[in-house]
Amino acid sequence: MYPNNFHYTKDHEWVEVKGDIATVGITDYAQNHLGDVVYIELPAIGKALDAHSTIGTIESVKAVSEIFSPVSGEVIEANGALNNSPEVVNQDPHGKGWIIRLKMKNKGDLQALMNAADYEKYLEGLEE
Amino acid sequence: MKQTRFNANHRKLGAKMIEFVGWDMPVEYKGIIDEHIACRTAAGLFDVSHMGEIHITGKDALAFVQHISPNDVARLSPGMVQYTALMTAKGTYVDDMLVYCLHPEFYLLVVNAANTDKDYAYIVAQKGAFQVSLDNPSDRYSQLALQGRKAIPILQPLTDVALAPMKSFTCAFGKVAGKECLVSRTGYTGEDGFEIYTLDPEPGPIWDAIIESGKPHGLQPVGLGARDTLRLEAKLPLYGNDIDDTTTPLEADFKWIVKFKKSEFLGRDVLVRQNEQGISRKLVGFELVDRGIARPHYPVYLGGVQTGQVASGTFSPLFKKSIGLVYLPINKTAIGTEFEIGIRDRKVKAVVVPTPFYKRDY
Repeated sequence: MYPNNFHYTKDHEWVEVKGDIATVGITDYAQNHLGDVVYIELPAIGKALDAHSTIGTIESVKAVSEIFSPVSGEVIEANGALNNSPEVVNQDPHGKGWIIRLKMKNKGDLQALMNAADYEKYLEGLEE
Repeated sequence: MKQTRFNANHRKLGAKMIEFVGWDMPVEYKGIIDEHIACRTAAGLFDVSHMGEIHITGKDALAFVQHISPNDVARLSPGMVQYTALMTAKGTYVDDMLVYCLHPEFYLLVVNAANTDKDYAYIVAQKGAFQVSLDNPSDRYSQLALQGRKAIPILQPLTDVALAPMKSFTCAFGKVAGKECLVSRTGYTGEDGFEIYTLDPEPGPIWDAIIESGKPHGLQPVGLGARDTLRLEAKLPLYGNDIDDTTTPLEADFKWIVKFKKSEFLGRDVLVRQNEQGISRKLVGFELVDRGIARPHYPVYLGGVQTGQVASGTFSPLFKKSIGLVYLPINKTAIGTEFEIGIRDRKVKAVVVPTPFYKRDY
C-alpha cells in the first residue's frame, strides 16, 4: 500500500526523492480521513519552504487541513490539475494526486522521516 | 456518549462515526458528495434519532403551544404539522421546531438535538397556570428520515400508511416494517420525503428494511456531513449558525412564521415594534466569486470594514461552488451586492444571490 521508496511524516505527508527533486503529497490514510477533497490552495512557484512549514491548505467538504512540507527547499512545480479536479487526491494520493515538487535544500532533512514499514507501524498505533 | 438504536446498523455499513452534541453519530458512509448526490437523484436514509421530542398534553395544550410559538397552531387539526420556533421574551430564538398536532389535547414538538434539554427546561418554566402536562421522552424515541424523489416507491411496500395522498406537512400513525410508527411528510433536505418516528425499543429492522427496499432505487445511507450540505442548498436554517438568541425570525427571513394577528405569544411586543420600524439586518444567501470556500465564522467585510461573520458556509456538492448564509445590513441585501469574506490571509469576493440555492423540480 505505501510505496517503499517514499519517506513519510507523522502528519501523513509523503515525499519521493529523485536526485535533488522532491515530490510531495498526502498519504492514503490522510485522504481517507479528510473525506472528499473539494479545494486545494497551492503555493507560488519559487516559494522557499522549511521542513514542517505550511505548503498550503487542502479542504474537504467539512474541514480545512494544512499541508506541511516534509523537507526544506524551493517550490519548482505545483500540481495545477488539482485546482479543477481536487478529487484526484482521493483517487490516487500516491500518484496523480501529488501536490508540489521542490528543489531540495538539505538532503539531511530525510533522516527525520519514516520509511514505509515504520509509517505503517505508526498507523497501526493510531488505530488503537 | 449516547448511542441511537441504529448504532450497530451504521457500524455494519462501515460508517465514519463522530461525536455530535454528546451522540455517537455517522458523519459519512460512502462519502459526503456521493451521499448528497444520491439524495438529490434517488434517495437518502438518515438516522436522526438524536433529535428531541417534547409532549404537551392536557386541557390547555393548544393555548400553551400558542403562547410559546409565534405561528398560529390553531390552524392545525390532528394529522397536521407546522414549522415554527420557541421564542424568548425578546422575540429571538430559543430554537426552531416542528409542531405536530396529534390530538386536540396532544401536541408533539420536535426540536434540535443540541437544544433538547435547554428547550424542555424553557418550556417547563413557561407553564405557569396553563393546565398542561409536559414530558421529555426524547430518549425513548428513534427517528429516521427518508428523503428523495424515490422515497415513496421505497417506503410504500413497507408501510400501511398511504404515502402518495399525504400532503406535505401532514402525519399519520401506521406500521413500518411491522413496527408502530408516526410518519410525516416532512424533512430537512429540500427533497420530498418522510420522517419516521417510533417508540419501539428495537427499531433496527426498520432501517434494514428500508435499505433493502431502496437497493434497486439507488438509496444510500446519509450521514451528518451531507445532512448539512443538503439543508444549506435548500436554505434551511441551522440553530447556532443562522438563528440563535440574538436573531429574530424577521431578521432571519422567516417573517411567515410570525402571525401578528395572534393577540399574544412570547416575544410578540418586540416583534411588532421591529416589524413597524423595519429590520436593520437580514439573513441572505451568497456565493463566492473568487476561488475558495467560505465557512462559518469567517469575517465579512463591506467596503473593507468588518461587519460580521459568515453564518453558514460550505462547498455545495450539487453546484460545485462555495455557498452560504450571512447577515448583512438591510441596505446591502439586494441580489448582486458584492462584499468580501476573509479566508486566512486573503479577502475573497462574494456576491448576494437568490435563495433557496436548490429547489426541487418535481
